[in-house]
Amino acid sequence: MKIIVAIKQVPDRDAQVRIDAAGKWIDESDLQYALNEPDAYALEEALQLKEKHDGEVIVLSAGPERVGTTIREALAKGADRAIHILSDDLGSRDALGVARLLAAAARQENPDLILTGLQSEDLGLGQTGVIVAELLGLPHATLILHVEKTDTGIEVKRELEEGWFQTIQLPTPAVLTIQSGGNKLRYATLMGIKRARTKEVRQLLAADLVPVASPVVTLEHIALPSKKKSTQMLTGTPKETAAALVEKLRFEVRVL
Amino acid sequence: MSGILVVQEERGLGRNRFSQEALAAGRVIASLTGLPLETAVVGDKNTPILAETSGAPPSAAYAVEHPLLNIYTSDGYALAFEQLIRKLNPAYILLPHSYQVRDFVPRLAARFNQVLIGDVSAIESGPLFTCQLFQGKLNARYRHQGDGPCFISIQAGAFRPDLPAAGTTTIHPFVPDIAPEAIRTRPSEPFRAAAQTIDLGSAQLIVSVGRGIKEQENISLVQELATALGAELAASRPICDNGWLPMERQVGSSGQTVAPKLYLAVGISGAIQHLVGIKASQCIVAINKDPDAPIFEVADYGIVGDLMEVVPALTEEVKAAKQ
Repeated sequence: MKIIVAIKQVPDRDAQVRIDAAGKWIDESDLQYALNEPDAYALEEALQLKEKHDGEVIVLSAGPERVGTTIREALAKGADRAIHILSDDLGSRDALGVARLLAAAARQENPDLILTGLQSEDLGLGQTGVIVAELLGLPHATLILHVEKTDTGIEVKRELEEGWFQTIQLPTPAVLTIQSGGNKLRYATLMGIKRARTKEVRQLLAADLVPVASPVVTLEHIALPSKKKSTQMLTGTPKETAAALVEKLRFEVRVL
Repeated sequence: MSGILVVQEERGLGRNRFSQEALAAGRVIASLTGLPLETAVVGDKNTPILAETSGAPPSAAYAVEHPLLNIYTSDGYALAFEQLIRKLNPAYILLPHSYQVRDFVPRLAARFNQVLIGDVSAIESGPLFTCQLFQGKLNARYRHQGDGPCFISIQAGAFRPDLPAAGTTTIHPFVPDIAPEAIRTRPSEPFRAAAQTIDLGSAQLIVSVGRGIKEQENISLVQELATALGAELAASRPICDNGWLPMERQVGSSGQTVAPKLYLAVGISGAIQHLVGIKASQCIVAINKDPDAPIFEVADYGIVGDLMEVVPALTEEVKAAKQ
């Protein structure tokens, strides 16, 4: 099975995000980056499929030079090789623009499966994988927790709302967006990190893959969300705040 | 470009609030643009959601009927709505931001060289559409460019279903052309993984733990607080994904929906998927180290601090108060 895993580098979830001076994006100086967590689950599912059925796992990511560190991390966890679409203007592309880049690179590889996380932790658009499927003319399924190979293709377990699931049979090639929690994530081993240094990372230039199209949706500005409720903040030492809260729970909320 | 098309999702009589909220958002765009409002739903003219819609604007309702749409598939729905949209040529297409919409609408929109503006919580003149970034830490305002149809999905609970002025809805059947081989996926009937043995839905007091707890060993601190309060222990998704607590203790859109007197969120940042599961709580208390965590937007009481210090202190105070 030849599997492409599309991954994204996103600001670390513990990073303090600050709005930049133009109010158009966050201040990226001194920002720590990490692998988008749902994509880590997509990579894990791909590695487990390879361990069961043999084949190849190819990591695909678009972004500037700094994305290379996240690609190496995926290689250290066990991906065989990588494709890095070099692009410094990802932010000016909408989901369709990014999906066009990924689809163009994926098309050259003729994979059996393309996996990606259900959404990114930064923009949270949750559509890139589905658009890639449409652009490549492939069937897709979203919110997938588990993939089984069958004689005719694959059978996947899909999460629905409120604790419900379903299985879906798809022919391959197909595109799946992976929900978190289906597997336990592995860590890179020291040997894996060492090996990753010698694995192939093919760099493609975004401009060579697809002509730039003007986006159909643009981000006008970003802001802190406005409060829906007036929250009473309790301040002081841990003991003082704990005592103040117990007071509220006894006399105002009346649950003690 | 003829108008605004709100695509509703049939969930059975009385369970269609989510679609009614999308209709309410459609009325906001109608008042901003002066365009007429129409609606569509998969089903025949007797489908319950049309009974809830009829007798009021939207003036026209399209019942999208085809045997191959009886079971949802992304291929079938994308094809049916592609044909309806080409026929009606609407300027705006609004839908509830459901799991189903997230599954087929990105594909549908791409056929029109469009992207979905997803999970919209507010619409202002422009129109500008407000969506969340960074799991709710920031809001973004997006603008649609160009002439193509604009696809928008509406966040649950963001628009209040309203009672529109009286009017008449004419129901038009629409039969799309779908060949059986166009549907490439075969879905099963939905099933539940295992019997839920923990009913968080009826719990009066809930102490819930999130990613901020950092280590599995630290969960015992939160368990001690829950025990002292006589509360059920619950968790946000990442805790259950890691296997630190069983899935049946998960609260949120993919877990249980709760409505306790007290929901005490420990180290939970408050992503929208979690907040939708707790909004019926009478009192929400949040303890988090990040003062900008979105959980504080919905909390009645907040404490910013180190969980490792605040939680044991709180347990001691609760024990003392109960003596």
